Amino acid sequence: MRTYSQRWTLAAGATGIALLATGCASDATTEPSAPTGDEAITLTIATFNEFGYEELITEYEALNPNITIEHRKAATSQEARDKMNTGLAAGSGLADIEAVEVDWWPELMQYEANLSDLSSDEVEGRWLDWKTADATTPDGKLVGYGTDIGPEAICYRSDLFAQAGLPTDRAEVAALLEGDWETYFEVGAQFVKTTGIPWFESANAIYGAQVNQMEEPYETKGGTTTPLEENAEIKALYERTLEASVDQELSAHLGQWSEDWTAAFQTDGFATMLCPGWMLGVIEGNAAGVTGWDIADVFPGGGGNWGGSYLTVPAQSEHVEEATALAAWLTAPEQQIKAFEAKGTFPSQVAALESENLLSQTNEFFNGAPTGQILASRAEAIEVQPFKGPNYFAIHQAVSDAITRVDVDQTDTPASSWEKALTAVEELGLN
Amino acid sequence: MATVTPPRGAGTTELPISALSVERPSRSWRDVLGRLDVKVSPYLYIAPFFLLFLLVGVFPLAYTAFVSLHDWHLLGGQGDFVGFQNYVEVVQQPRFLTALRNTGSIFLLSSIPQVFLAIIVAAILDANLRAKTFWRMGVLLPYVVAPVAVSLIFSRLFADQSGLINEILGNLGFDAIRWHADVFASHVAIASMVNFRWTGYTTLIFLAAMQAVPRDLYEAATIDGAGRVRRFFSVTVPMLRPTIIFVIITATIGGLQIFDEPRLFDQLGQGGADRQWMTMTMFLYELGWGAQKSFGRASAVAWILFVIIVAIGLINFTITRRIASSTGAPSRRKRP
Repeated sequence: MRTYSQRWTLAAGATGIALLATGCASDATTEPSAPTGDEAITLTIATFNEFGYEELITEYEALNPNITIEHRKAATSQEARDKMNTGLAAGSGLADIEAVEVDWWPELMQYEANLSDLSSDEVEGRWLDWKTADATTPDGKLVGYGTDIGPEAICYRSDLFAQAGLPTDRAEVAALLEGDWETYFEVGAQFVKTTGIPWFESANAIYGAQVNQMEEPYETKGGTTTPLEENAEIKALYERTLEASVDQELSAHLGQWSEDWTAAFQTDGFATMLCPGWMLGVIEGNAAGVTGWDIADVFPGGGGNWGGSYLTVPAQSEHVEEATALAAWLTAPEQQIKAFEAKGTFPSQVAALESENLLSQTNEFFNGAPTGQILASRAEAIEVQPFKGPNYFAIHQAVSDAITRVDVDQTDTPASSWEKALTAVEELGLN
Repeated sequence: MATVTPPRGAGTTELPISALSVERPSRSWRDVLGRLDVKVSPYLYIAPFFLLFLLVGVFPLAYTAFVSLHDWHLLGGQGDFVGFQNYVEVVQQPRFLTALRNTGSIFLLSSIPQVFLAIIVAAILDANLRAKTFWRMGVLLPYVVAPVAVSLIFSRLFADQSGLINEILGNLGFDAIRWHADVFASHVAIASMVNFRWTGYTTLIFLAAMQAVPRDLYEAATIDGAGRVRRFFSVTVPMLRPTIIFVIITATIGGLQIFDEPRLFDQLGQGGADRQWMTMTMFLYELGWGAQKSFGRASAVAWILFVIIVAIGLINFTITRRIASSTGAPSRRKRP
């Protein structure tokens, strides 16, 4: 039997450990949102791909010594999307600022109470109309600050063009490819016949670009979903794209962002690519060491927009005001131009599009091309924005899978793959 | 306390009752505690595990069943009670059968070679090697590497057009294998990633069991003229029967839930455009976070998977128990 004093020691020790444990518990005290200005806070910002924010974050920290910013980067936008959905479902775990891609709005808008209202006079009229429209709720709340847009041009390998006897000068290439998709495919067929090198890398990119030029691809603005089996326009696009990719052999049969796709940049895998502003940084990274890339001020069908992001502040954040201030600063015209210089993310801010600073930007990797001017000109050519309702992404994914089966995997014919896509859409049980 | 009775004939000195130690009524706090200590404390010692298991094991199981009976959206939360409709819808989707097929195939391709390879490698490690500890630790290194890192490296090997394996095959004059398009090829690739990771772990389990085999059995066998291989099959393997049962059951439970490797096998993480390598856990993830965004259906798949794993586990157990003898020792020696 323990002695009396030993028992008391034991009790004291246990109490001590218990007190220590409570003391060590994380201080999850919720701080009030009203900033005192001198309080040291840490803001987290979650982005994906390359937003070009690295230096801007350092600059903001220097301007606001009490704020430390933690930058979380997801490798793909799909990852970031999954993470955001999980965080919203769980009610915690999101960063103070979450970057959102334009494709995610239809879902997020259904539960817009999850995002803070960011409307303010300071940012009134800052962005292009069609850019702000996507981030505004039906009752006029602004829930996202626009960052970049993705006006598309054509990036091409001038050395491969020279091999095929095609013009290599930017202006001449623009004249050559001016027109619609049929023109693009025709020139491509000629190129492939001469050199045997594929014209573009992925059939899905071509399909996606054409869908982005339609007004009501999968749903009507009135709110009804067009059943895929009755969607003649999409079916026609699907068949023509696959005909060009497989029968005419214009495609390099790669899946974008895959290991093979990244490797193909180094091995003359393809001659042209649809290039939104944010793709410039990606090409430069993957094609390091390859000379001959250039960019032409042209796009089949006139203009197109691919992607574009926003910064949102989730309602669950503990520092809504500071996060909103940071988001407003990051999306100001001057800062977005700096991000463009760093990673090619083209500004969506009206003042930026007109600034001399932007229009005089050139890109050394792309043969010194005036990328600022080219992308600004492409942005002006954008006429149509596709309507994206709640089912857009799901149906688009089903058709993309169908195209991958035929183009990349080559496991199906266009017809059988289309049947599988119809089944997949049916499984979703959409209304 | 022992009772003391006054010795007979010690005189009739009357002792005060209080001086005699009689059986104290067993109602004192101390006695109660003493009895409790003997009866109850074993249960208290094992209680923490069970409490924790109740919290993180049983409660999620019950809650998942609850979720599976409702219409539950990822962002929207709980909806109406729909009974077993989620189960019916899930089983009717063609992708359910595809997922089952893929899961079974990857499970067999990963578990069977793994167990065989692990026993052989363990037998080699059990022999009298130089730098034994180095080899034994080395075999565990692949297990320590993060699955993500393994997938990154293996995707360089298994890329369809630019991968190292296809390059070597091309140099040797064979056709390239379509690792990301062909169903069976993708299963082989994923199974090889799983085997890379888990063979070392299984080897060490077998090694530990082998070291418990009494050495004099080997001596006796050697004296009788058994070679290395004969000793392995006639002494080592029969003595390992309980361990083999254990390994097969844990391999079953783990192998039917493989998620990391197939998810990171390509950049999209869906299991291929035709779901060539989508496993049941990936199907669950697609139902919950993908286009359908239905936690109800995902929970239904989770419970179906649970039932399947328990069923297959029981089957495995019955089969291996039939083969194994109860004592684990070589039996059925015919007496002269």
